[in-house]
Amino acid sequence: MTRPTVDLRPASLPPNPPSRPMLTYLARPQVIALAAVLLVNWLLFPGFFSVTWQDGRFFGSLIDVLNRGAPVAILAIGMTAVIATKGVDLSVGAVMAISGAVAAVLVTSGVSAPVAVLAALGAGLLCGLWNGILVTVLEIQPIIATLVLMVAGRGLAQLITEGTIVTFSDPVLIFIGTGSFLGFPMPVVIALVLMIAATLIVRRTALGLLIEAVGVNRSAARFAGLSANALLLIVYTFAGLCAAIAGLIVAGDIRGADANNAGLWLELDAILAVVIGGTSLMGGRFSIPMAVLGAVIIQAMNTGILISGFSPQFNLVVKSAVIIVILVLQSPLMAQAFRRRPSATPPKSGTPQ
Amino acid sequence: MTRSLRPLMATTLIFLFAYMLAVLQHPGMLSTRVLGNFLTDNAFLGIASVGMTFVILSGGIDLSVGAVIGFTTVLVAALIMWMNLHPLLAFGIAMVVAAGFGAIMGAAIHYLKVPSFIVTLAGMFLARGGASVLSPDSIGIQHEFYSTISKSYILLPGGGRLTVVGLVMLAVFAIAILLAHRTRFGSNVYALGGSETSAALMGVPVARTTITIYALSSALAGLAGIVFSLYTSAGYSLNALGVELDAIAAVVIGGTLLTGGYGFIAGTFIGVMLQGLVQTYIVFDGTLSSWWTKIVVGVLLFMFIVLQRLVFRAGSRRP
Repeated sequence: MTRPTVDLRPASLPPNPPSRPMLTYLARPQVIALAAVLLVNWLLFPGFFSVTWQDGRFFGSLIDVLNRGAPVAILAIGMTAVIATKGVDLSVGAVMAISGAVAAVLVTSGVSAPVAVLAALGAGLLCGLWNGILVTVLEIQPIIATLVLMVAGRGLAQLITEGTIVTFSDPVLIFIGTGSFLGFPMPVVIALVLMIAATLIVRRTALGLLIEAVGVNRSAARFAGLSANALLLIVYTFAGLCAAIAGLIVAGDIRGADANNAGLWLELDAILAVVIGGTSLMGGRFSIPMAVLGAVIIQAMNTGILISGFSPQFNLVVKSAVIIVILVLQSPLMAQAFRRRPSATPPKSGTPQ
Repeated sequence: MTRSLRPLMATTLIFLFAYMLAVLQHPGMLSTRVLGNFLTDNAFLGIASVGMTFVILSGGIDLSVGAVIGFTTVLVAALIMWMNLHPLLAFGIAMVVAAGFGAIMGAAIHYLKVPSFIVTLAGMFLARGGASVLSPDSIGIQHEFYSTISKSYILLPGGGRLTVVGLVMLAVFAIAILLAHRTRFGSNVYALGGSETSAALMGVPVARTTITIYALSSALAGLAGIVFSLYTSAGYSLNALGVELDAIAAVVIGGTLLTGGYGFIAGTFIGVMLQGLVQTYIVFDGTLSSWWTKIVVGVLLFMFIVLQRLVFRAGSRRP
């Protein structure tokens, strides 16, 4: 693979002074937001932070937040990579349903659990590859390319389960959803391992830089010698794999595959987690750990709303409020307002109004 | 001219061909009864798809239409049953609320310079959440006006019924075709979809047009919600779940280019009818399960996207 000779990063964010990255990342508004949400939860429910050790594993609201947030966190890991390439993957919820269905049907028909798990992961890889092919070979906009699988995928999952909820009692699959490792719930362990592995791969090699380059300007990246298409294929396939893992966890958790409801609307939660994590929807700037933190923030809010006795539907209103706040903070208008104060630089004209 | 009409022709031909195949298997499908039901059953989807067509023509996307439909059904039901307002007044209020909601989304998209899908995603959460905060349970609507409307229809030769709901959809399509192809606003939408920068340089009022487009889309989603409540006589916050996907599929199948700037309202009508055909065929067949609808619609969506690419490439190769 050829190394890009041009540093593509500054071009992505024209309004940013060079001193920006480290300083703002130290402030980490996500960390402050999580602390605030947890504090509110603690005020509502004084026992929120108490964690007890029982039957060889941790118990407590905090662990519960992590456990329930794990599927979205895993989706967000894959979604971060996709969004960093200026794409989006709407099909992850449907892919979750497919992977759960594959695993459940295989296991109930007598196939050994490891094979079923591998088959489910394979199904996720195939789904991701399909999305990637649509985006690269056919050059379809990502939002539309993945829409095809979002619409058809749930139908496919129902085809696999033949419209029923397939229940199973296979210990391996159930362990993936509800087991524990070193006292921590398995979903949390899986999410954590995946997050660390993905972050290391992306940041310790040039892969992250290459992904950002493609996200900033795909044709420029190609002219710089990157095989942008291969990179996009890898990224979408990875998102499919993450969705398959999340699907296995959800299926293992309820001990069955529900093609209708598994992963329903989780693609939106995953996108929200990525956006909360500060990844730019315009591509080119991303952080996997921050996206996982975003997923935890979302789950902490969900739990908080449940504890406080509001109806779970109230969640949606809170989520939309969060999106609105983030959009306003991220918008060029705010950036301009902040920039004008220290030095009176003339505003650069973008698109004419 | 003929080349630019090619995707529309393809959609129409595929619809006619599919309908012919369906009729060959189930001769009962060739009747005004079935055609009348096509219109009635898909009225809300059709109306919402018209709004979606304008949004996609301008190069954006609106994920909030399903949620706005659900919200409107709850709002209308609440206004009629709790506030004892006349349905027509409730419809007026609901349309204004929906249009205002869309205008705010449009303003956010333009002034905050955020991708439309994330703004309308927030709108979707807000509308769904707002609807369930208003009433988590389904509200049944009992009013003379509702029973009169659902009983009145035009009898077609052959026993088919053209209901008020179906007529509303046809009227919306007719007005939208005029709006898109015969007014300045329509030209502005196409210009915006072609290239926002060029449109602005040509003197298209980008801010006003963007806000109007999303206000129109949400207002039509509101109308679709009213039609939905007429159709089901109830308001429920989870009504019309996922209709935005069906609407996008209808627009794409109808030959509108997803990158914006190219497409026809009439194509969307055929896209809606094609989805209706798939559903009706599955009902007629009886052995196929309902999930085949999703798969077939997904396959159709894929086919038309690929077709668009091919036409687009063939077009760009010419000098």
